[in-house]
Amino acid sequence: MLAEIDALEREFVTAIDGSADMAALEEVRISALGRKGRITELLKSLGGMSPDERQNAGAAINGLKQRVGDAVAARREALKSAELDARLASERVDVTLPVRPETEGRIHPVSQVLDELTQIFADMGFTIAEGPDIEDDFHNFTALNIPPEHPARQMHDTFYLPPDAEGNRKVLRTHTSPVQVRTMRTTEPPIRIIVPGRTYRSDSDMTHTPMFHQVEGLVIDRESHMGHLKGVLYDFCKAFFEVEHVKFRFRPSYFPFTEPSAEVDIGCSYEGGQIRIGEGDDWLEILGCGMVNPRVLEMCDVDPSEYQGFAWGMGLDRIAMLKYGPPDLRAFFESDLRWLKHYGFVPMAVPTLAGGLSR
Amino acid sequence: MMKFTLAWLKEHLETDASLREITDKLTAIGLELEGVHDRAAELAPFTVAHVIEARQHPNADRLRVCIVDTGQEQVQVVCGAPNARTGMKGVFAPSGTTIPGTGLHLKPSKIRGEESNGMLCSEREMGISDEHDGIIELPEDAPVGAAFAEIMGLGDQVIEVAVTPNRQDCLGVRGIARDLAAAGLGTLKPFAPPAVPGGFDSPIDVTLDFPDETANACPCFVGRYFRGLTNGPSPDWMQRRLLAIGLRPISALVDITNYVTFDLGRPLHVFDADKVNGGIRARLGRPGESLDALNGKTYAIDPEMTVIADDAGPEGLGGVMGGAHSGCTETTTNMFLEVALFDPKRTAATGRKLNLESDARYRFERGVDPGMVLPGVEYATRLILDLCGGEASKPVIAGSPDVPPKTVTLRRDRVRNLGGIDVPAGEQSRILSALGFEVAETDAGITATVPTWRSDIDGEADLVEEVTRIAGFDNIPFVSLPRMSVVAEPSLSPMQRRVPAAKRLLATRGLVECMTWSFMRRRHAELFGGGRPELALENPISSELDVMRPSILPNLIEAAGRNVDRGFDDVGLFEVGPQYADDTADGQSTMATGIRRGRTVGRHWDGGGRPVDAFDAKADAVAVLAALGAPVANLQVMADAPGWYHPGRSGAIQLGPKNVLARFGEIHPRVLDAMEVAGPLVAFEVFVTNLPLPKGKGTRTRPKFDPSNFPAVDRDFAFVVDDDVSADKIIRAARGAEKALVTEVGVFDVYSGAGIGDGKKSVAIAVRLEPRERTLTDPEIDAVAEKIVAAVAKATGATLRG
Repeated sequence: MLAEIDALEREFVTAIDGSADMAALEEVRISALGRKGRITELLKSLGGMSPDERQNAGAAINGLKQRVGDAVAARREALKSAELDARLASERVDVTLPVRPETEGRIHPVSQVLDELTQIFADMGFTIAEGPDIEDDFHNFTALNIPPEHPARQMHDTFYLPPDAEGNRKVLRTHTSPVQVRTMRTTEPPIRIIVPGRTYRSDSDMTHTPMFHQVEGLVIDRESHMGHLKGVLYDFCKAFFEVEHVKFRFRPSYFPFTEPSAEVDIGCSYEGGQIRIGEGDDWLEILGCGMVNPRVLEMCDVDPSEYQGFAWGMGLDRIAMLKYGPPDLRAFFESDLRWLKHYGFVPMAVPTLAGGLSR
Repeated sequence: MMKFTLAWLKEHLETDASLREITDKLTAIGLELEGVHDRAAELAPFTVAHVIEARQHPNADRLRVCIVDTGQEQVQVVCGAPNARTGMKGVFAPSGTTIPGTGLHLKPSKIRGEESNGMLCSEREMGISDEHDGIIELPEDAPVGAAFAEIMGLGDQVIEVAVTPNRQDCLGVRGIARDLAAAGLGTLKPFAPPAVPGGFDSPIDVTLDFPDETANACPCFVGRYFRGLTNGPSPDWMQRRLLAIGLRPISALVDITNYVTFDLGRPLHVFDADKVNGGIRARLGRPGESLDALNGKTYAIDPEMTVIADDAGPEGLGGVMGGAHSGCTETTTNMFLEVALFDPKRTAATGRKLNLESDARYRFERGVDPGMVLPGVEYATRLILDLCGGEASKPVIAGSPDVPPKTVTLRRDRVRNLGGIDVPAGEQSRILSALGFEVAETDAGITATVPTWRSDIDGEADLVEEVTRIAGFDNIPFVSLPRMSVVAEPSLSPMQRRVPAAKRLLATRGLVECMTWSFMRRRHAELFGGGRPELALENPISSELDVMRPSILPNLIEAAGRNVDRGFDDVGLFEVGPQYADDTADGQSTMATGIRRGRTVGRHWDGGGRPVDAFDAKADAVAVLAALGAPVANLQVMADAPGWYHPGRSGAIQLGPKNVLARFGEIHPRVLDAMEVAGPLVAFEVFVTNLPLPKGKGTRTRPKFDPSNFPAVDRDFAFVVDDDVSADKIIRAARGAEKALVTEVGVFDVYSGAGIGDGKKSVAIAVRLEPRERTLTDPEIDAVAEKIVAAVAKATGATLRG
């Protein structure tokens, strides 16, 4: 009896291990453990045995049933796993194929630089002020101490619109300074604003376009002086160009709307066609500035005996060129996709002071 | 712009400072250095040569073949100058050098079959003047082989500075010397030309003939008659200085006027007295008058211009340019000198009107020093008598150069409070004195009388600038602005935040941001409802940029076309910026405008995109509005867009019946044809500020999160409706049928054709029901479905599709 059981076990285990697929395995299982399977039949034969025989044979046959059952389960797992492996092998794709195309947008460098500037000046307590592109003579010139015959008006290369019935001609603003006037006439000091915007001069070459962007700053209170003006601009340059130190030169100059007036140069060097801002033996003019002329304050209904302050203006496109390197101002306005992808910014690259302006 | 040489500066400034110290200081005090030209070094390769022989070129009428002795060898040079001739001395540029005035690099060559090695040069080729009528002729005794710059006296370094419009005083070498002396770079030499007594009365009289209201046109005219002059070449020292700053010597009398103009910033004019008819009269021009000016051109005169006339008519434009008829020549023996003052505004207007630039205009329009009229007469008289001999009359003085003295008080703390720098009181006084102010210490501070040459000074701030710039702007300490609040406040208003939000949103949707001109060509503007006369530029930079844009779209469509031409068929562009409905501030609106052209994405191995359509543009517009905070579900879409859109494939998104927030659609094919850009091209225009700001809620807290605990149920319905029924009507009806349960209605199929019937379409919608109190039973669901069907049928005449 025991010998028979051993033989059966060997036979079934061989058959189970040899079954090539699930169907063959199932056949073996049925022939062993099915309703009419040989192990089932053996179990049934227990009924005709003496109690002693039954005790011995029972344990042996149940053990057989258990082991054959385990062998079937193990083989089933093995076959399943082999089947999955085979399927996976057949499902292989060429992972070097390019991904499905997605369109990728860009932020224009001028917008990016404006966002950077907004971060920096927000931290210094400035708000953004804006005004119209089409200005009248008063806001663009007269209120800024530029009377009609002033030589400075000739420097501006103004675009004019047709005269109205009274002969007054509107202009495309030649600078963002008219927004200073609009702000001072409507806001009680203290004032800290920056004014970004489109400006227009009839000029066109590699560094001049008939339209460009300026950003203006204005501080009016009781005590801000030229030291503060230098401080603001220095703090801005360091933050904007993201350098430890900026070589700074403050030159006397002339603007009708400021007194004293200055122009600011920053140190730079050129290496392999690339400009490095901050250090070096070359100077680069980046902005004009000065203490607001008392006459301008008067024309803007601000009492010059009580209030004073300063203003500056610089080219937004120009500082974008200095920081990020596009060499030709005209390309800013040409909408060439290749240029925009090269010099533009991905939309997620939002400049913040906490996360860094540029990454 | 002002040029001078180091030696010329030292005529007025006693100094040991090096060139570098001087040029650094010039920039530091506001006379920005533009450049230093060391012409001895630049011109070193060019030497004196002797033309041994000049013969006619065998094959060219206008050329000569010259044998030239350079001092080292004899070379053959082909020369085209009419004045090249045997025996002359000229300037030789050997092969291998580069001509400064033209940038030409010289190589041995053959010209019409004759060998040519090097070149004989003109003044323009040497970069010393514009003269190009012939080659330079050097004196006979010039040593062959010597450096030409030495012979011409061009060895002195030329300094060029930018002079701001307020500093007329620095348009003369003396003014620059005064500023440098004040800044500690030496001592200003005294200047007090002794009066030269006149030996006789001038036979020419001067009258200022202006109506009272224009008397300032020429407040002062001092004349002086000279007789028995010899007007030969001016001396070498004067010629060298004029050449160094780019002025060609002409004759002693003309050179003196130029020299004094640049030396003292004091323009002069000299008339050939024998050609003056009767007296000199300064007056306004008369209609029909004209002047043949010294520059060879003729100018029409109008009654706004100041003329210097004699009995025959205008002989000069006051402060701008003299006339050719009475100009001095080598044969002039009797001369009348003009030292006058002219109104800056009128001078500028005259020059501008005539488009006539001159060294005199440049100075008079900035305001010539009235205090220099009489000293200028004496200084010029001395030069004239020294260089030309002869005899001077008594001066004829018309009007007066006197101006009322102006005093300005500088409070003691003002330099510190405004300039941000501590300058000791004594130093403040010293600086102002050195600049020519008469200073007095008073209780109020320093009371400074402004020198006549500083008409730009009229307030305390000007004095702060004078003290501060001489003390050095670079010495002002940096002071950071005090913080307004410990943590920074937002710098953008809620309305202003919309612009960067729209930009970032559109870029995340795959569109590329552009910045395009605010103006465009009229033809394109007219296609988009623009081209109003008040928005046409009077002086556009070109006819392609002559009217203000009524929409950003034409610029973007044009840009798309340019990119297509470069081989990029699928283009998505946007711009957030202004457009102009009229010339007022309210007529300018901020737009977020974009276009898509071509396919949604390019072809690839798993298929490809599809052609863009109006719904891509609608999606962009809706996404922008959502980013700006619009209640997207409550917006109305009307099939009502302007004429530049496809009439059947465009719409307007509105908040209420009047407030248009956006438009979108396909661009009209006729518009694309007119712009020569191939479609299909879809576009959207969002009015960034039309959406009202939300009312302040006073809290940032969101409403309580209150999800349903019961399963949602989806039911689909297919309705058959007339073709012209909008999907929107069906959706609204379904949504309104059972507001407590219906949370979403989507359209998942639109079909027309076989089985539906002519003029009909089937619209299939998916409705989601979300019960809040208990799980819905089948009969309850059926009841809601019936309500939905009834509501849609009532609103649209729909029937359920069988």
